[in-house]
Amino acid sequence: MAALEPTSQSDSTVRERILDNGLRVLIQPVRTAPLATVWCWYRVGSRDEIPGLTGVSHWVEHMNFKGTTNIPRDQIKGIIEKYGGYWNGYTWIDQTTYTETATRDALDRMLFIEAERMRNCLYDPADCESERTVIISELQGGENDPEQLLDQELTATAFRAHSYRHPTIGWLSDLQTMTRDDLYGHYRRFYAPNNATLVIVGDVDRADALREVVKHFGKLEPSDVRRRSSTVEPEQLGERRLTISKEGTTAYLKVGFHSPGVTHDDFFPLLVLDTVLTGAKGLNLWASFRTPPPQRSARLYHALVNSGLASAVNGALLPTQEPFLYTLSVTATDGVSLDRVEAVTLTEVERARANGITPQELQKAKNQLRARLVFENDSITNIAHQLGFFGTIASWQLYPTISQRIEAVTIAEVNKVAADRLKPTSRTVGRFEPIQ
Amino acid sequence: MIVGLAPTREVLANGVTVVAKRTSTTPAVTLIANLRAGSVHDTAELPGLAHFVSRTIDRGTERYSADELAEQLDNRGVTLAASVTRHTLSLACTCLVEDLDDVLGLVAEVVIRPSFPAVEVDRRRGEIVTLIRQDEDNPAAVAVETLMSMLYGAHPYGRRARGTVASVERIDRQALQRFHAAHCAPKGLSLAVVGDIEPARAVDAVRASFGDWKAGEVVEVTGIPVPPAAGRQRRVVPMMNKSQTDIAYGFATIARRDASYYAYSLMNNILGQYSLGGRLGDSIREQQGMAYYVFSSLDANLMPGPLVIRAGVSPANVAKAVASIDTELQKLVDAGPTEQELQESKQYLIGSMPRTLETNMGIASYLQTVEFFGLGLDYDVRMPGLLGAVTPAHVHDATRRAIDPANAAVVVAGPFEGPLS
Repeated sequence: MAALEPTSQSDSTVRERILDNGLRVLIQPVRTAPLATVWCWYRVGSRDEIPGLTGVSHWVEHMNFKGTTNIPRDQIKGIIEKYGGYWNGYTWIDQTTYTETATRDALDRMLFIEAERMRNCLYDPADCESERTVIISELQGGENDPEQLLDQELTATAFRAHSYRHPTIGWLSDLQTMTRDDLYGHYRRFYAPNNATLVIVGDVDRADALREVVKHFGKLEPSDVRRRSSTVEPEQLGERRLTISKEGTTAYLKVGFHSPGVTHDDFFPLLVLDTVLTGAKGLNLWASFRTPPPQRSARLYHALVNSGLASAVNGALLPTQEPFLYTLSVTATDGVSLDRVEAVTLTEVERARANGITPQELQKAKNQLRARLVFENDSITNIAHQLGFFGTIASWQLYPTISQRIEAVTIAEVNKVAADRLKPTSRTVGRFEPIQ
Repeated sequence: MIVGLAPTREVLANGVTVVAKRTSTTPAVTLIANLRAGSVHDTAELPGLAHFVSRTIDRGTERYSADELAEQLDNRGVTLAASVTRHTLSLACTCLVEDLDDVLGLVAEVVIRPSFPAVEVDRRRGEIVTLIRQDEDNPAAVAVETLMSMLYGAHPYGRRARGTVASVERIDRQALQRFHAAHCAPKGLSLAVVGDIEPARAVDAVRASFGDWKAGEVVEVTGIPVPPAAGRQRRVVPMMNKSQTDIAYGFATIARRDASYYAYSLMNNILGQYSLGGRLGDSIREQQGMAYYVFSSLDANLMPGPLVIRAGVSPANVAKAVASIDTELQKLVDAGPTEQELQESKQYLIGSMPRTLETNMGIASYLQTVEFFGLGLDYDVRMPGLLGAVTPAHVHDATRRAIDPANAAVVVAGPFEGPLS
């Protein structure tokens, strides 16, 4: 059992404890508002799925809001709302997570819910059936968006072997045929204290919070998770192309390059390169992508949007456990041919590969990223998200070092990743061509 | 005594209002500048004008070119987000404390002296046309825009804020300059400054940037009657290239300053917000598994705004989903809310206040809402009492006034050709 260490009230650093059952607990007192947040992270995502069961992690996430042994289905509603609280969850390629943020007096209830969710969810067969159509509705809603369709097709084309290739929502036929036992088996295997990280941030006393955690989670049994390593994606040997021809009004281009995982030395230089090309987004999936990047002076914005060829451009380098994709997404201005948009986009990429970036661009990119890192840590919910997110893809200790890593990036490193990582042979070019 | 947020508010000699609040979570400051220059000022001939101004106001000023402005903001990691609502044109950004004076200076340049360079106007026109074309291919956007035109007709709330391709083609540099001259003025500007800076310092900084601005009066558009509902209106917009249909269902309701606003607000929470979409979410998502999202929203504004119910469903379930919405609404009309439902929604709305006011952006948005509707600097302290005083009878009464399925406007956009009951 974890030892309780005396800590001072003003100590706002992160402390880690690992309970005997393997649960990793991170607690950070932050007393800027009378609130507390809990995030419970599981190392399971769509990369852990096999053909026939794609989408199971996300569906399991949905089922984990539908009642437990000690929380009847109709009483889930209101436990957190009573404290003015917010709750949610999400599933992505490497992780699944659940969160509550509410007034600090709700901490005991938040921990109770998460402990229940870890081992005691019901998976009533009728609820599984009713949720099947909700999930299919979610999938169809996504298909209404041409950019999302293109993203899905591009990812499936860029990856041949690694399980990052299928969408987190799953393929339709798997969602139509998966059974209650498939869902429950996945849940029982991956939802265990030894596969989870529990993060608490807010107006809490560290020792009290840890005592609460032990009370709720201490007796939960670990399980034999057997998380398998993913198939390593073989090197791509030449450009891949795909086109979606579908009725629509607007043309979209998306170019993907194989990118390094977050712990690779190339990750932060590539992040700086992306900032030069499309502006700084920051690294918080929960917060940063809701605010558009400062990008008006970025290279691709200048070449595509300022020239009138495109109405929007965006770059995305997301922190992942294993090598994923760096993507450039462009919306063609009404009436502009996609060929021109593609030619200018690829010319700019080649220019970066051939000539690299300037010292002024490096400094500007660092300024932008420094500011974004401050902005994306403006709430306890965001701070806790980042600790847990980096905990599931690498280690939470990586998170406080991000600004130093960015500061340490050199021009030579950026130029090298541009030349190595954005090669034509490792790119996949996707086009959405609307049929009018 | 509850102290509450207690922001500082000051009106400068030229009429600019500053509302400031110090926080110390991060070494950053959020600014929101609201001008009373929203799309209600669009003329019937040029819908989309205010929106066009919002897309070009920061693309060059008397002192700086578009590139110079971009460079100065980007160097500081600042995104200046311009947006337009029915009544306001807003510029919002977050910057590091050390950059506040410089950024305020740039925002003032943009607000006071935009030059609308012709070349920028033409480029942004292409962007806006593309946005309109994207909306036309988006069932959710089509459903809501169609609903608003059915509920409001020729009333300004019935227009598309982005205008039409034809109107956007007609908007030129002179039209943008005229709009700016007519509707952007110090008396119509309120600035919220929230972050790690003393309020007195924030007010001084705003005065240094905006204090010399002289311009005329602003006139708010208000008092335009909303056409009365006359029976159930149905509209189907087939979009056969899509996978899912979007339903928008609604009524015109009340203005924000209406005395029954709090009863309406609680009605909306019970109907389509509480937990996962209130009663509607419970029936359509949880019990029947028909939709990933279903919710209601109440947009009480300076003039009577809409109550809108939205759902995304499979085309096969359109009739069933619309019938379920009718049923849930009729139940609330017939019997009103339960005591417990009302209590839960009150607890939730009151309890969520600290969360709403956690971040600088959250506080700044809240302060602008309070300023816009004249709710008073102590609104956060008074709000629990205002909600607390609402009884089940008040909510029932509001429901009977607001809702009548026989007078609803119903739109379905997506892979569905009708008919619609």
